[in-house]
Amino acid sequence: MPLLEVRNLVKEFSRSRGWFVQPSVMRAVDGVSFTIESGETFGLVGESGSGKTTTGRCILRLIEPTSGAVCFKGEDVLAFSKTRMRHARRDMQIVFQDPYSSLNPRMRVGDIVEEPLIIHRIGRKPERRARVAELFDLVGLDPSQLARYPHQFSGGQRQRIGLARALALNPSLVIADEPVSALDVSVQAQVINLLMDLQARLALTYLFIAHDLRLVRHICSRVAVMYLGKIVEMGATDALFANPAHPYTRALLSAIPMPHPGAVRERIVLEPTSFSREAPLREVGAGHLAAV
Amino acid sequence: MADGPLLSVEHLTTGFDLAGRFVPAVIDVSFDVAAGETLCLVGESGSGKSLTALSILRLVQRPGRIAEGRIVFDGTDLLSLGEREMQKIRGAEIALIFQEPMTALNPVFTIGNQIEETLRVHGCATRRTAGAKAIELLDAVSIPEPHKRVRDYPHQLSGGLRQRALIAMSLACEPRVVIADEPTTALDVTIQAQILDLLRSIQARMGLALLLITHDLGVVAEMADRVGVMYAGRIVEEAPVDELFAHPRHPYTRGLMASIPGGAPGSRLKAIQGTVPPLGELPPGCSFTPRCPDRFEPCPTAHPGTTVFGPRQTVKCYLHGPAVEPQVLPPGDL
Repeated sequence: MPLLEVRNLVKEFSRSRGWFVQPSVMRAVDGVSFTIESGETFGLVGESGSGKTTTGRCILRLIEPTSGAVCFKGEDVLAFSKTRMRHARRDMQIVFQDPYSSLNPRMRVGDIVEEPLIIHRIGRKPERRARVAELFDLVGLDPSQLARYPHQFSGGQRQRIGLARALALNPSLVIADEPVSALDVSVQAQVINLLMDLQARLALTYLFIAHDLRLVRHICSRVAVMYLGKIVEMGATDALFANPAHPYTRALLSAIPMPHPGAVRERIVLEPTSFSREAPLREVGAGHLAAV
Repeated sequence: MADGPLLSVEHLTTGFDLAGRFVPAVIDVSFDVAAGETLCLVGESGSGKSLTALSILRLVQRPGRIAEGRIVFDGTDLLSLGEREMQKIRGAEIALIFQEPMTALNPVFTIGNQIEETLRVHGCATRRTAGAKAIELLDAVSIPEPHKRVRDYPHQLSGGLRQRALIAMSLACEPRVVIADEPTTALDVTIQAQILDLLRSIQARMGLALLLITHDLGVVAEMADRVGVMYAGRIVEEAPVDELFAHPRHPYTRGLMASIPGGAPGSRLKAIQGTVPPLGELPPGCSFTPRCPDRFEPCPTAHPGTTVFGPRQTVKCYLHGPAVEPQVLPPGDL
């Protein structure tokens, strides 16, 4: 049984266009299905507006999906009551993109990391403080800095604090939404290494949402490429990067600037008429699906 | 490529007067750009690359100020000019493309209005001819249906089209130098590829000197003729692009290249330890010392001077030479 199964997920946003006009409906996520096995890193890539972030938030029901099913450890979390859902979130956590806006500037960082333990009524004060110190240690921060405020930390350190908060409740699934895209290049590598170390130590499963294909290629075992709300291609990372089948995937791969001066390469420009938006995913290789 | 440099920055030091002391953020920076050449300044946030760009255009605002150096454009030291003379150069001879096209454009005027204003202010067109010229410029940056788009407001355009409009505006008076400060950072990768292609073709067509500021070594490899690597306010290494990627000499440059994901999937990335030191808290000696894997005795004493490799590669690091730079500005004094 996969750890997470998303079936036919749809999220529509309606936009009011005035009092007497039918609101227009926009499908941000349009029938997305995928499964994540326990212990793997599954990458969801796409450009802005592709629906990858909305998909991540729908899984945690931070945004309520319009329809579809999200099964976590075999149970449909969309059917859960509010209380039951809150309990389930202990096991599925999220790390946000922007470490500057995702930490409350008025709280001490120790309190930020302790908050999930308080909300879920875990342990007494001394046990909780010990757990927070342990988490700081785990993500490579100095536990003597618990009483500081977020602004006293650099971007990379703040992302470590966000990670400590996400790990406080021992989740099995962590949704990492562009966890390093706001960080400097030299610091990105530190945080990526930390994510890989933690996965090995704590047997974590990651849903890794990103637009940086170089990064995705490096850390994900399987990848799904989203374009305008739909998954257009999905498969094992090496197969997908070696033999991209969908025109959009090809265009995306050809656009990555490579750090090799003088490298000859052909830029593939996406012709929106060159493929059907309605084409269903079909198998193009072993475990490799594409909407062509 | 033309002969002499069109723009020369010589020993530029820019910083901020904070709480009664001068805190340098750009320290003794020198480089040249020739017509038809692309120089990339690459560095992390806080390395001083944007402040260098602002210094060239004399757009540094209080409490910031240019403390030392010369900025020579086509034989004239820009720092000796009066504000009125500078205005004739800014935008007309040296143009700037900003990172975020939404904040760089005025939301209450149409794209056409804003391009026409640039044209008229610099006397590059009259009221009568400005309209047609604006459409021509939008066409030159490959905006589809330019006669319609010229009446659009910035919010009606996508991010990529906005950046194209901004490039059109910067080219309005046929400048000879274009400074592009992270022109594609806010854009998706497929749009980024289009904008970089556009910049390259315009440069070839107009023979521009292009100073491109970026943090992405991939962009550097695609665009640059020469590269200056900035760290904590200084250019620590400068080299032709092939040379830099083939033989990075400074440990910081090496670290940056090693930290790019590549190699075996799932392998550990080679991260640079620590973080960029905050402004005004630079360590003594070479600023990279605390993060440097190769540091040894002389590193924390004084900042290393310049060692020259071959014709055009320079590096500031004790690994490559004993040269000690005379202390330009001990932080905290002045």
